[in-house]
Amino acid sequence: MQLHDVWFVLIAVLWTGYFFLEGFDFGIGVLTKLLARDRAEKRVLINTIGPVWDGNEVWLLTAGGATFAAFPEWYATLFSGFYLPLLLILVCLIIRGVAFEYRHKRSEDRWQTNWEHAIFWASLIPAFLWGVAFANMVRGVKIDQHMEYVGNLFDLLNVYSLLGGLVTLTLFTFHGAVFASLKTVGDIRDRSRALATRLGVVTAVLALAFLIWTQVSRGDGRSLIAMAVAVIALAAALGCNLAGREGWSFALSGITIAAAVAMLFLTLFPNVMPSSLDDAWSLTVTNASSTPYTLKIMTWCAGVAAPLVMLYQGWTYWVFRKRIGTQHIADAH
Amino acid sequence: MDLALAPETLARWQFGITTVYHFLFVPLTISLAALTAGLQTAWVRTEKEKYLRATKFWGKLFLINIAMGVVTGIVQEFQFGMNWSDYSRFVGDIFGAPLAFEALIAFFFESTFIGLWIFGWDKLPKKIHLACIWMVSLGTVLSAYFILAANSWMQHPVGYRMNEERGRAELTDFWRVLTQDTALTQFFHTITAAFLVGGAFMVGISAFHLARKKHIPVMRSSLRVGLVVMIIAGMGTAISGDMLGKVMFKQQPMKMAAAEALWDGEAPAPFSVFAYGDVDKGHNKVAIEIPGVLSFLANSDFDSFVPGINDVNKAEQEKFGPGDYRPNIPVAYWGFRWMIGFGMASLGIGVLGLWLTRKRFLLPPGLRTGEDEVPHLVLFKKALSPRFAQLYWLVALWTMCFPLLANSWGWIFTEMGRQPWVVYGVLRTRDAVSPNVSQGEVLTSMIGFTALYAVLAVIEVRLLVKYVKAGPPELTEADLNPPARIGGDDQNADRPMAFSY
Repeated sequence: MQLHDVWFVLIAVLWTGYFFLEGFDFGIGVLTKLLARDRAEKRVLINTIGPVWDGNEVWLLTAGGATFAAFPEWYATLFSGFYLPLLLILVCLIIRGVAFEYRHKRSEDRWQTNWEHAIFWASLIPAFLWGVAFANMVRGVKIDQHMEYVGNLFDLLNVYSLLGGLVTLTLFTFHGAVFASLKTVGDIRDRSRALATRLGVVTAVLALAFLIWTQVSRGDGRSLIAMAVAVIALAAALGCNLAGREGWSFALSGITIAAAVAMLFLTLFPNVMPSSLDDAWSLTVTNASSTPYTLKIMTWCAGVAAPLVMLYQGWTYWVFRKRIGTQHIADAH
Repeated sequence: MDLALAPETLARWQFGITTVYHFLFVPLTISLAALTAGLQTAWVRTEKEKYLRATKFWGKLFLINIAMGVVTGIVQEFQFGMNWSDYSRFVGDIFGAPLAFEALIAFFFESTFIGLWIFGWDKLPKKIHLACIWMVSLGTVLSAYFILAANSWMQHPVGYRMNEERGRAELTDFWRVLTQDTALTQFFHTITAAFLVGGAFMVGISAFHLARKKHIPVMRSSLRVGLVVMIIAGMGTAISGDMLGKVMFKQQPMKMAAAEALWDGEAPAPFSVFAYGDVDKGHNKVAIEIPGVLSFLANSDFDSFVPGINDVNKAEQEKFGPGDYRPNIPVAYWGFRWMIGFGMASLGIGVLGLWLTRKRFLLPPGLRTGEDEVPHLVLFKKALSPRFAQLYWLVALWTMCFPLLANSWGWIFTEMGRQPWVVYGVLRTRDAVSPNVSQGEVLTSMIGFTALYAVLAVIEVRLLVKYVKAGPPELTEADLNPPARIGGDDQNADRPMAFSY
């Protein structure tokens, strides 16, 4: 296994980490409208992710930075090619971050309501668009012999990619509902479990269609295994949710995300961005990667820093492990 | 295509706008993290309540700022790929590594520990909670270092070789990229300038409250801390600025010649205080100069030769082929002057403030003020009139903007002065833009970000004003008695959280 293969795996791991972690906080953002009945419940939901959402988002920055460093051509083609969707995602992430921090800083009703709308939409839109972007990446887009994307915005909006967007949106919302039932207490906990069941069924239908489509058109033996893991984990997550085993259910919905991401990356390899115009023009782990020297330095850095990051991020989750309910939310600021 | 709306021009505007905007929050974040950590340390050590109130007050303003710093930073990382894809392809092997290091080492640190600090007041023992804000502070400084190492490589590329076959630059010595003199001096200069911003911010807001005779014990301490920080940081900025200038004279003679509007080389070369010139014809119509000082700034020698714009342009034409290698001279010239002017002015106002509010034991007994009184402003053993005091508080309030302006102009000078190169001597800016991104797309994103940033600026400033006016919060029982063990106590499971969104 060469270093660029290692980095292909590491970037897959970073995206998995991002979708696992920010997945549930996107889900929580969407649930503020689907689940919460009043402002106090909205605040309970937002506070379940309060101490951690910022750290979760850094997984995206790291995935971006690592792609830039390890596969500059991939980074350049992807972000210049998917220009407008990415722009929309960035705008949402800006609004969302500010919304979490600023919503509670004034007590006027209108101020808080506006930021709550912002949290909902700025969580929903990226949750959908990441699926669209990844589906397009796997499907292959119009890349010419100079590694430039030559399609337009409408090439990115096809049935397969829109289905991919719906899958990430529902999967993240389901993941968020399971997280909410794990982190809350009282009435909202019961309702989030009930909602998770319904969301889980919708997710299962959409995800199954998308994964089978992917497997049939691009899959091989290894991706079939990843797909099987994803499907079984999703079914088990639903089962555990029904049985009231919230911790297990959350772990399993996380495994579903990880297996689905793994499946997408397995169908890509050894390409990183296939060209739909000509196979010879595809970006691969070899023609898109940095030099072995750069990859070696990066490997050292990741080898030392990544375990530490997981350790202290894990510690954060442990510090804030207690369930919260409306009684824990102070009135005034 | 109309040059004013060419994708390259728009992409440059977008980069300029998003970067200068982002950099309003960065220095304030770097310095306020450390200052808040310092105040909290003072509380943990002395248990004086005024320090805890100060920690809460400055900490809240810090959080309002860091929120904006973080979200605008996301754009910075991704616009290289969006607008500057050929740049990314060309330098990714080198430039990407410090960015990835920044994310892995600094961002995770900062973002994780800030969550622990914000929500951890009733979950963490005092000292562990204090350690969290120091971790945040360390994260901000590390982040600055990696990003400045990356920027310094654009100013002065080292530790690489050209791979003609793949048409890109490739890393050969990462350690050199991280430790070259440009990176180290730029880091020193940026960090000291950041603390000048934080010191002036603290002084200005303390002055605002002292002028209104409110929250006196907290604001007296904050004022003194701010003034000391301003002076030390101001002197550090001047020293590091001089060092950086000498490095630049060697590495980017064009930038420094442009900064001085020195058209033709001279020995000895004068320092230009004011010049009004005809850029196209290459001479100054009006100029006020101090002889020999530029030679000293460049080479620590009052008689040495300093090459001018025309000399360097000719040398670069011989080296890189025909073309115009001059940056926008008025922008470089005035950027340099505004940077130094605003920086020096804030240092001066800091020194004046510290002198006027000297320690009590220097004053005759009749002029000493108690801990909960607004200090008299004393020039020489005699209190100044209240009107003068009000004037100083007002000046101090306005001085809050000065270091920010100095920072912004400093960056505009640094980046504009390097043009037409994006990587000095290696890659031209016009060869760095995304070839496949349309004018409409860049225009959309430029307008989008500018509009969004403008709206956020209004929201941010109004929030800051609200919390500044509100002053330091009253302390609660929970603030004074943090939990003894991690996770908080289980005595009262239904007690509201000390902090919630």
